Amino acid sequence: MRRDRTPLVLGAILAAIVAAGPFLPPWLLFILTIGIARGMVALGLMLLLRAGLVSFGQALYYCIGAYTAGALGIRLGVSDVLLQMLAGAAVAAFAAWILGFLLARYRGIFFGLLSLALSMILYGLIVKNEALGSTDGLNVLPSTLFGTRPHEGWVRYTVVVAATFAGVIAALLVHRYLQTPLGRLAPAIKDNEIRVEYMGASARRAIHVKYVIAATLAGMGGALAATTVGHIDPEMAYWTTSGEFIFITILAGTGNVIAPFLGALIFGAIHTVAYDLSPNTWQMTLGAALLALIVFLPNGVWSLFARRKAA
Amino acid sequence: MDQILPVIADGIIYSAWLFIAAIGLTLIYGVMKIVNVTHGSFYALGAYAGASFTGAWLAHGYPPLLSYAVLLGAAAFITLVFAPLIERGILRFMYAKDEVVILLITYALFLVLEDTIKLIWGVNPYYVAEPYAMLGSFDIGGLPYPTYNLILVGLALVAGGGLAWLLRSTRVGKLLTVVIHDPEVSRAMGINVGRYYLVTFTFGSMLAAIGGSFTAPTVSVVPGLGVDVIVLSFAVVVIGGLGSLPGAALGAVIVGLVRSISVHYAPQVELFVIYFVMAMVLAFRPRGLFSLAEPRKI
Repeated sequence: MRRDRTPLVLGAILAAIVAAGPFLPPWLLFILTIGIARGMVALGLMLLLRAGLVSFGQALYYCIGAYTAGALGIRLGVSDVLLQMLAGAAVAAFAAWILGFLLARYRGIFFGLLSLALSMILYGLIVKNEALGSTDGLNVLPSTLFGTRPHEGWVRYTVVVAATFAGVIAALLVHRYLQTPLGRLAPAIKDNEIRVEYMGASARRAIHVKYVIAATLAGMGGALAATTVGHIDPEMAYWTTSGEFIFITILAGTGNVIAPFLGALIFGAIHTVAYDLSPNTWQMTLGAALLALIVFLPNGVWSLFARRKAA
Repeated sequence: MDQILPVIADGIIYSAWLFIAAIGLTLIYGVMKIVNVTHGSFYALGAYAGASFTGAWLAHGYPPLLSYAVLLGAAAFITLVFAPLIERGILRFMYAKDEVVILLITYALFLVLEDTIKLIWGVNPYYVAEPYAMLGSFDIGGLPYPTYNLILVGLALVAGGGLAWLLRSTRVGKLLTVVIHDPEVSRAMGINVGRYYLVTFTFGSMLAAIGGSFTAPTVSVVPGLGVDVIVLSFAVVVIGGLGSLPGAALGAVIVGLVRSISVHYAPQVELFVIYFVMAMVLAFRPRGLFSLAEPRKI
């Protein structure tokens, strides 16, 4: 058996970002942090996708995480990045645990449509609610870490380091999870659920667990995005946001836990470059890229790296 | 309780609009098993074509009464330009893929079409209020209603009735039903399934475009117009049952009434209730209100 190099690579990425961070321009750190936030969401979607499920409403948990972080700052004055991420993850996980009882019964297109409906419910609630900032959204307190406010100019670096730590830990945990029997059940569920049941495993329970993990990650990503951007609005729950996350997941592929983060960074890069070159056709570039990916690289960018490796 | 008439009137008008917007979606799903995100793009294309063609028509001083025909023609024209291109050029190579993957492909196409619209028409808003304003208004329960809304209701009835007649009473419709039930056997029996897919996709998209072009006079046509319509028509179609024609009608009426009730009595939950109903229907009858049992595959 080959040695598992994933933890090593993750550690190297962490070291690289910590070491190189101070020398990178703020805008790049920003893109990096948002990439990690989106990568977390995509990591969760990857878990579901491995079981053949596509959630068209992952923005629900992204938004829950973001608004939890925002509320924490506005109501309780908590602006600690890690605390916000933990809180966002916890609230999202709880919501997903409840909704999971319902969603775990659904497959295919119906799973997607029901998750879409749920995220649009949240969007509808926030848009029409003045206390939640309505369509204008709310501002989030500037980030702090362990009770200290970083010096001006070091905020971005502090956040990116915290985000990388959280992202690496999340990726490692998911990596471990994928090696457990419950984690390995995913492709089997995708393949043939009834045989999974004959084997004595509960597909519904496995999907419920995956759904909660995915939501936890999305909540964490949402909180991170909230504190990075400094602003939250209902668009975070809109279906186009969910669409972006699916885009990233498809782009990345399901081969490895690093893939979603890589996918998110590539997405950020395409987005930034396309928007810079031609602000009115960046969506076209994204759409064309997605089409090309589905046709030519159905297993995502990761399949380029892992071509010779057996699953 | 004197609000009850306006509530019903608003509900019917909104239902009619929803029905026109959603009926094509259910047709395309019913025949091709595609949850078609580009439906919203065709709605937007129709709105832009309707606004710009009718604007040009009126600017030339041609008879304004014929502008309704121009709205219809604009929608038909723009669909004939784009729909066959998309179906023949891209979608037909994808039918073997999973339902969810095809949904993603139409999402990608939606992104492309969003910007195509910006490239053709720019990002400035278009207005053509004449077809809307020139009919005047009538009163229901003391509130004025633009007469134009009756055209929408009429259009919904014609579209729904026409499609039902087409499917049930014509040779083409019966052959289409055969294709729906088993594309492979139909092919073996000598039916040109590809052509039926092409026609269905074009016709379904055209209904969306008509919805868009007849909405254009009542709003300002701006980029991103079709984005909301996609989820709304998903809600309508899912409530009634994907692929069911009476289901889409029922879904439109339910969403229309629920929305108008909430707008009149509790405006802050307007959007919430629509998707709440959608979630509830999915929770209790996942295949919609009008659906049949499906066999489980082993």
